[in-house]
Amino acid sequence: MRDDILDLLKNNSKLSHEQIATMLDLSVEEVENEIVQLEKKNIIVKYSTLIDWDKTNKELVSALIDVKVTPERDFGFDAVAKRIYKFPEVSSVHLMSGGYDLSVQVEGRTMKEVALFVAEKLSTIEHVQSTATHFMLKTYKKDGVIFKGETKPAERLVVSP
Amino acid sequence: MNWSKIISPRVQAIPPSGIRKFFDLASEVDNVISLGVGEPDFVTPWHIREAAFYSLEQGDTMYTSNYGLLELREEIANLLKRDYKLEYSPKNQILVTVGVSEALDLALRALLKEGEEVLLPEPCYVSYEPSALLAGGKVVRIKTRAEDNFKLRAKDLREAITPKSKVLVLCYPSNPTGATMDKADLEEIAEVVKEHNLIVLSDEIYSRLTYEGEHTSFATLEGMKKRTILFNGFSKAYAMTGWRVGYVAAPEEILQAMMKIHQYTMLCAPIVSQKAALEAVRNGDKEVEKMVKSYNQRRRVIVKGLNEIGLECFKPKGSFYVFPSIKSTGLSSEEFAERLLKEEGVVVIPGNVFGESGEGFIRCSYASSLDNIYEALKRIGRFVDKL
Repeated sequence: MRDDILDLLKNNSKLSHEQIATMLDLSVEEVENEIVQLEKKNIIVKYSTLIDWDKTNKELVSALIDVKVTPERDFGFDAVAKRIYKFPEVSSVHLMSGGYDLSVQVEGRTMKEVALFVAEKLSTIEHVQSTATHFMLKTYKKDGVIFKGETKPAERLVVSP
Repeated sequence: MNWSKIISPRVQAIPPSGIRKFFDLASEVDNVISLGVGEPDFVTPWHIREAAFYSLEQGDTMYTSNYGLLELREEIANLLKRDYKLEYSPKNQILVTVGVSEALDLALRALLKEGEEVLLPEPCYVSYEPSALLAGGKVVRIKTRAEDNFKLRAKDLREAITPKSKVLVLCYPSNPTGATMDKADLEEIAEVVKEHNLIVLSDEIYSRLTYEGEHTSFATLEGMKKRTILFNGFSKAYAMTGWRVGYVAAPEEILQAMMKIHQYTMLCAPIVSQKAALEAVRNGDKEVEKMVKSYNQRRRVIVKGLNEIGLECFKPKGSFYVFPSIKSTGLSSEEFAERLLKEEGVVVIPGNVFGESGEGFIRCSYASSLDNIYEALKRIGRFVDKL
């Protein structure tokens, strides 16, 4: 039940409790209780909206920064990660396997703004060995949703047997 | 030229499709929401489409064996064994066809002598009767009822049987009602089938779209495999309607007879479609499960919504149709569907096009987005309130 509710909300967080209850053959109370639990336990962290900013006039630049780190004794990567994710410019931070340690997404209004943030704030943090900045030029797909580039498939017939 | 004297009377005797009219009507109305579509609203899963591109790149542009690609037949045999513990030889008991429609036509033509009777539980899919008539058969319809959730009763079957009865067509899960028949239901039918030495054409194209209980394949019932022609395909489960690929599994003798017609008329199913089907049957389960889950959610929404509007409707366990009664409105099925389309822009199919016992009902397909279903329910509710 829990996974089914999460799957539905992940796709459309505007679904009402009644709708979810009907779709999953549960009572409204069951759904409400479960969602309260999920929120309390911070499993549902936030209800947000997926926006294709490229279609708006808003100036927004995103970059993925590969960050190599010397892990701190006793704290490992967590302490460094914390120093990074506290910046509001940073929209996501993941600990990675492979050639570098932290993958950091930074957002700003211009490339210069992002680049300066990396140069001045990120790379100067203690234990950060190196950074490599990759600007995102175009979003094709995000969170399982294809943004654009796909031509529409043929429409179904309105009536068929 | 007087074509009516030239065109075969057998073809002229076939009435035009009752569905066609709604297709034309719908094209005149703006902002239409359609619950009239008899195919999945999903596009074929990408991995299947991708396999088709690859196959074309490889240069797979030839005829295949008349039976279909051997490796596809082998996978179909594996699937039937896995899902139903049915054993069919890929060599001579499985034929890949251009959809179930072709396969049904082959079977009826291979079986029927002039005037022999085809038993057709209705409401049923619109192609069965014309196919049977074109094959020279006579159609005997058997009514099913809303109070039985449109299951076929053994008693009704028995009463319809005459010395000329030869073939019984079953389609469960059902288009248009969504009805299913569980093992016990089918066993009662099997008894009659045995008694009267019938051949069963079991169209199980919606088998994977079963939401409660398990689908029982007719051939698994005791003594039935030798008198059953099993039809299935890829259109509904894998969202592959336009690829036109289905299959039939049957005893060797009848399969050979069907094969004889198939090799002269169709030669083989298109190779790209067969390659795509191969990918579907090998690696398609995950996507099928996702789609089934989604249909099931929408099924619950539409059944609840229609009942709340006052259009009484049992909760069908299979396919992607619901078949609510519109008797409370006092309108005929055609009137209801026509007015609903003109006044609210919602397409549904009047139940009577699937047979007389569909009168008083409409077929709504929930293979449509959740938003569409909610909007359609809103409009249907407004329409019914106005009456």
